[in-house]
Amino acid sequence: METSAFQKIYTKITQITKATCSLNAQGVGYEEIALVNGRLAQVVKIQGDSVTLQIFSGTEGIPTNAEVVFLGKAPTIKVSDELAGRFFNAYGDPIDGGPAVDGKEVEIGGPSVNPVRRKQPSELIPTGIAGIDLNNTLVTGQKIPFFADPDQPFNQVMAMVALRAKADKIILGGMGLSNDDYLFFKNIFDNAGALDRIISFINTTENPPVERLLVPDMALTTAEYFAHEKHEKVLVLLTDMTLYADALSIVSNRMDQIPSKDSMPGSLYSDLAKIYEKAVQFPEGGSITIIAVTTLSGGDITHAIPDNTGYITEGQLFLRRDTDIGKVIVDPFRSLSRLKQLVIGKQTRKDHPQVMNAAIRLFADAANAKTKLENGFDLNDYDERTLKFAKDYSRELLAIDINIDIDSMLDTGWRLFAEHFNKTELGIKDELVEKYWPKN
Amino acid sequence: MATNGKVTGIIANLVIVEADGPVSQNEICFINLKGVDLMAEVIKVLGVKAYTQVFESTRGLKIGADVKFMGHMLEVTLGPGILSRNYDGLQNDLDKMEGVFLKRGEYTESLNPEAEWEFTPMAKTGEKVEAGSWLGEVIEGWMPHKIMVPFKFEGTYTVKSVNAKGKYKTKDVIAVLTDEKGKDIEVTMMQKWPVKMPIKAYKEKPRPFKIMETGVRTMDTLNPLAEGGTGFVPGPFGCGKTVLQHAVSQQAEADMIIVTACGERANEVVEIFTEFPELDDPRTGRKLMERTTIICNTSNMPVAAREASVYTGMTIAEYYRSMGLKVLLLADSTSRWAQALREMSNRMEELPGPDAFPMDLPAIISNFYARAGFVYLNNGETGSITFLGTVSPAGGNLKEPVTESTKKAARCFYALNQDRADSKRYPAIDPIDSYSKYLEYPEIQEYLKNSISETWVDDVTLAKDILLRGKEASEQINILGDDGVPIDYHERYWKAEVIDFVILQQDAFDSIDKSTPFERQKFMMGQVLDIYRTKFNFATFEEVNPFFKAIINLFKQMNYAEFKSEKFNGYLNQINEKINERKAV
Repeated sequence: METSAFQKIYTKITQITKATCSLNAQGVGYEEIALVNGRLAQVVKIQGDSVTLQIFSGTEGIPTNAEVVFLGKAPTIKVSDELAGRFFNAYGDPIDGGPAVDGKEVEIGGPSVNPVRRKQPSELIPTGIAGIDLNNTLVTGQKIPFFADPDQPFNQVMAMVALRAKADKIILGGMGLSNDDYLFFKNIFDNAGALDRIISFINTTENPPVERLLVPDMALTTAEYFAHEKHEKVLVLLTDMTLYADALSIVSNRMDQIPSKDSMPGSLYSDLAKIYEKAVQFPEGGSITIIAVTTLSGGDITHAIPDNTGYITEGQLFLRRDTDIGKVIVDPFRSLSRLKQLVIGKQTRKDHPQVMNAAIRLFADAANAKTKLENGFDLNDYDERTLKFAKDYSRELLAIDINIDIDSMLDTGWRLFAEHFNKTELGIKDELVEKYWPKN
Repeated sequence: MATNGKVTGIIANLVIVEADGPVSQNEICFINLKGVDLMAEVIKVLGVKAYTQVFESTRGLKIGADVKFMGHMLEVTLGPGILSRNYDGLQNDLDKMEGVFLKRGEYTESLNPEAEWEFTPMAKTGEKVEAGSWLGEVIEGWMPHKIMVPFKFEGTYTVKSVNAKGKYKTKDVIAVLTDEKGKDIEVTMMQKWPVKMPIKAYKEKPRPFKIMETGVRTMDTLNPLAEGGTGFVPGPFGCGKTVLQHAVSQQAEADMIIVTACGERANEVVEIFTEFPELDDPRTGRKLMERTTIICNTSNMPVAAREASVYTGMTIAEYYRSMGLKVLLLADSTSRWAQALREMSNRMEELPGPDAFPMDLPAIISNFYARAGFVYLNNGETGSITFLGTVSPAGGNLKEPVTESTKKAARCFYALNQDRADSKRYPAIDPIDSYSKYLEYPEIQEYLKNSISETWVDDVTLAKDILLRGKEASEQINILGDDGVPIDYHERYWKAEVIDFVILQQDAFDSIDKSTPFERQKFMMGQVLDIYRTKFNFATFEEVNPFFKAIINLFKQMNYAEFKSEKFNGYLNQINEKINERKAV
């Protein structure tokens, strides 16, 4: 962004904090962007003549006589088909050595979709992973995060889901991504020959944290262009939203706001909702699906960030290492896809909902049996069988390295039921049992 | 002369305005942003400075922008044409807005000014009337919609004339009233009312004495909601709050349902938009949408309008109650409304209460719940608002300010339990922690005795005791081991499981199981209590589990079958056979 002639330049800063600076200026619009000694900043508070700016890259080295120029607009991005295959920083400037992108300039973080104009999400996204397709089916227009501890392979699973999802565009919003993970995504997309479908906005751990606040809006405004104007199926990957929320708390702290739970700003719910609610199925066919990552600390989902996220998103996916089989599985208890009801048993086989529930119930029985065993009690015959079932179920369906279609998942489910149980132990509707119970 | 002002400060959606005249608390004003008027509400006044919360994004707003004060509080428009509409929190008709994206400062008319309504007069010339008196009637969809003396009218009036039967538009004069001083006042079919004020055009509000049937067994049977009563559903995310609210909104025995989506997911509202026009109302055979109005402020819509949305819903409910209708108001979720209050309180730098919520949160919540209720109208007819709200407690911890404040205000408590949800025991309402205060009301007990059975209240109490004892037995078994407790414990545990699986658990996605009328609930309750009262012969504890598992499986099949159908009776016979085999003699 360049300054043009005849713009008023202010040179007297009255206050500087770690993330903000204030000065006296007139005619400034709320949320307008400015350059402070060339660094991008945004208006966050105006009181009379005093304007407070949030400087995205931090205030280190900003002098009280820094040059401040207001640009008369909110942060924008230029959108066009040229974005495809490119890598950008949080400001939308190329970081892949390529030329700047030309296109229509739109403000980021624009208005929301009129709820009556939305369409009900209805298209199943097959991933081949049974822990997702069978138990937590994803649908276009959905928003769902992985709740994961930092040591879990969430970025790998997310990349796998993205590549198998057959989206027209995949937009990666990386916030506080380590350089290694950034290169991981770049390589895996490149190797899959999918680079021309990918657009990335990357803020790595090397960049200042407050810059991250721009990444989701950049990614989602781009997504809206492709989904709304080009009617494309767009998948947005946001990792890691916990680091985004941390950046929010830094800014609110510098602005002397009273923190609510876990030192997070009181507006955390609205701030996160504004991002996630960009997931939408448009009436003309395009869609935005958001798959995000929220890292947890020690699996604690009562922390304000995962807690607020859980109330906004349409479910959540948990990964967990199953020591019985030595693999990472999609946890069937705590994972949930709220939109699965729209497709399972409708776009998939009729027995899908009941097979899914019966298997999870039996898996829960196995967990109880395990507790019994750990407490030193004898197991009865039923307990023994649930334990055997649980091991097979985990290995053949829940593990993240599974890649089969949904009918095969259901058939596998029935086979495992028949191997370990009799028909009355399932609690499944009789007509379905008659139809699908393996004949031999 | 109207008050005007200029913007002097902007912090997100808190805008400080210097006014040139009198300003009142909660007054509405419009702030001009490059030709677009943004609606805002005064929430604090300090000298000539009015602190306003803007119902829209303030992006691009500048110091010095012009402000016009309107001289009234936030109002809704009441009249025929509200039914089946989809409104935003400020009662803008969402269907009339153009484009896929919401435009800032676009306000649409809540009632269609061109629509013609077939009016039938009810009041006679010379009749004495007061606010809320019925002057006539139009048919709104299928519902008789009363045209009333505007609620703002004080004192008594004499009807000078009422229009003859015929077609009129909402803004046409349909009656002329004469006030006590002899002044004539014209009345149309449309009126306005400030949302934060309760409509009190009724004679008295007795204690609720009837049950509002919802078809959800664990509610109706164990902890019934009274008609005109209040209840709330707190629960961690993923426990089925929304599914439960949708089930209630589809099945409840009410004339009109108002669903307020307050700061929740847009796709959930879309589900209602998509399905309600298709789904049949089991009671009338019409489509569900024909008895529903939706107030929708989803989580990405302006925060300040969230607070307005629950009041808008309540005011519309009060309007229909005054027509003698049975209204059910649902709000999902009241926590989002409390959070909106917190955001504003925070921006105004007020001293915070617990968890940074404003200090008066408990008072705000109980005042709101108090607006529900069963009423006798001035003409002797009855009407009611039953209110069911959800609460989204942070971290699923029920010891947080919104849950605690609501607990003091609401009479039914439906606690959703994470463990039940994890083991897919839906609806995940905890049978032991939840309660309905109405079960203790003598008038409700009397009602249940007369409408269901003489022993019903005792049966319900017994079922609750069985569940509690079953839970205790299960804990004992877990501590001492299967063979460390008497066989009785296993039997006790499994008899409680029968109630859990057959009565409490219900498949909200099965066309038959999703809604159970009282008659069927009574029948099933009889069945499970018979099993409880039967003594069985078990040689070892290992025989207990398979026996009850088989019984439960048959009962589940029964729940999926048409009531008293051949299939249903077939399963019943099988159950009886199994019981007879095991019965102790």
